[in-house]
Amino acid sequence: MNAFSPPCLTPRLFAVWRRNFLVWRKLALPSIVGNLADPVIYMLGLGYGLGLLVPEVEGVSYIAFLAGGTLAYSTMNAATFEVLYSGFSRMHVQKTWDAIMNAPVALDDIVAAELLWAASKATLAGTAILAVIALFGFAASPLALAVIPVIFLTGLCFAAVGLIMTAVAPSYDFFMYYFTLFITPMTLLSGVFFPQGQLPDGVRVVAELLPLSHAVSLARPLLLGQWPSQALLHGAALLAITLPAFWLALALTRRRLLK
Amino acid sequence: MPLVIESLVKRFGQGPAAREVVRGIDLRLRPGECFALLGPNGAGKTTTLRCALGLTEPSGGTLTLVGLPVPERARDARARVGVVPQMDSLDPDFTCAENLIVFAGYFGIPRGQIAPRVPELLAFAGLEGKENARIQDLSGGMKRRLSLARALVNRPDLLVLDEPTTGLDPQARHLIWERLRRLTAEGTTILLTTHFMDEAERLAHRLAILDQGRILVEGSPREVIAAHIEPQVVEVFGDWAGDSPATASGAAAWAARHAADYSQRCEISGETAFCYTDDAAPLLAHLAHQPGLRTLHRPANLEDVFLKLTGRELRD
Repeated sequence: MNAFSPPCLTPRLFAVWRRNFLVWRKLALPSIVGNLADPVIYMLGLGYGLGLLVPEVEGVSYIAFLAGGTLAYSTMNAATFEVLYSGFSRMHVQKTWDAIMNAPVALDDIVAAELLWAASKATLAGTAILAVIALFGFAASPLALAVIPVIFLTGLCFAAVGLIMTAVAPSYDFFMYYFTLFITPMTLLSGVFFPQGQLPDGVRVVAELLPLSHAVSLARPLLLGQWPSQALLHGAALLAITLPAFWLALALTRRRLLK
Repeated sequence: MPLVIESLVKRFGQGPAAREVVRGIDLRLRPGECFALLGPNGAGKTTTLRCALGLTEPSGGTLTLVGLPVPERARDARARVGVVPQMDSLDPDFTCAENLIVFAGYFGIPRGQIAPRVPELLAFAGLEGKENARIQDLSGGMKRRLSLARALVNRPDLLVLDEPTTGLDPQARHLIWERLRRLTAEGTTILLTTHFMDEAERLAHRLAILDQGRILVEGSPREVIAAHIEPQVVEVFGDWAGDSPATASGAAAWAARHAADYSQRCEISGETAFCYTDDAAPLLAHLAHQPGLRTLHRPANLEDVFLKLTGRELRD
């Protein structure tokens, strides 16, 4: 078998998804609170704090501007943490994947289940944040509900990219590089905290291609009650990153585990 | 046929750096038998199992698992196979019962079907009433037994165990042996790997000794012992007074001088001389006059065959 042969998926992957869901359900409340606390504190702190200095950004209050960015980047974080730390622990430390592969479930199904699960968990976390945002009155339009599929798609995208890291990680420490070299700079460049128009032209052109930029470009207008410009393009871009990233992650995982 | 392996070859790496770990193995399991794969570390036992389960692609040869070609239809084949892995891979986030129920889900067995069988499966593993126990609270032996119960959720035709009793105390080993005998009595075929010769001698109807990727011998434990080794062993150790006080030394010195006169074959390992013979009486009579030397006379066993065939030097 070529490591890059196309994914071969079966409905059995939902049994693996379900396993992760059942574990999550045991610790659902602390998990949601954990996913919620950090972004909400940042959003309120920066939004009201910096908001005093920055009266308006792109025609809305700073905290209303920040809400969409917060939603996108915390979704990214939820998916990323799930596939990196929890995924690595299931693959390498607990040998959960090895156990599952002794059943009539192939590695392809397991990796796909991890992808779907991380996106699901990111959706659960993102939706909770959406609820808080709505509670503070920054998601007044019913259009805000359309952000839920955006959250899921964002989760899929970062789960797929993160799975590449998981596939090649020798240990947990490795993930620090991913955060400091990729996730953190991307968060600063993707228009989460300030409009990308503030960036120098050369940087902006590259920054607009980053996956988080697409997520922010979709989430922010929806929370503000507007249909995003180029919505299809941004959605397609997220999908266009997800699919090859998943394929590469699968190939690297096959090479690691099926030798 | 539960498992047929023909001319299996497995190489790791490519080009001149390639390592051939399995070098042409043929194996044919009969329904309802317990078959043991013996071999030192690195002999290719686990790799052979992984190939048989379709978890890694063979470099050559053909495999048929419960009648299906592997790796092509490994997924379907594994639906009728149970596996107890070498390393515990129980789910630490679940209780004992949840481990069984969730694992059954990977076979497509719905909760309603497996939940009523959980008490029976736990009882089989000597874990009565442990439904709600957490995995962290189980001893090593209990974890291995739960792994055995987990491997039985799909009522497998073939049960594969990779070193099932390594690291267990004698009580746990005996319980596992008893359960495995019960399974073969009920018609389950068992394939196990082990380092423990007594385990193979007690459990296996047939066995194969593997070394450096090849099968050295195959047969029932008795056949293998009869065919490959003299029936009696006298282990000689302690201090030898020697022919004169000047030559006084250990058992090795005695062996160098006298072993050939009284035994067909003698091996030295550490401080002990192992003398293999068809008739131990003359040797024992001689040793009775050697003060300082101590002896242990016993029938030859599988371990003697194993050491004769694979050597006494360490493997890793």
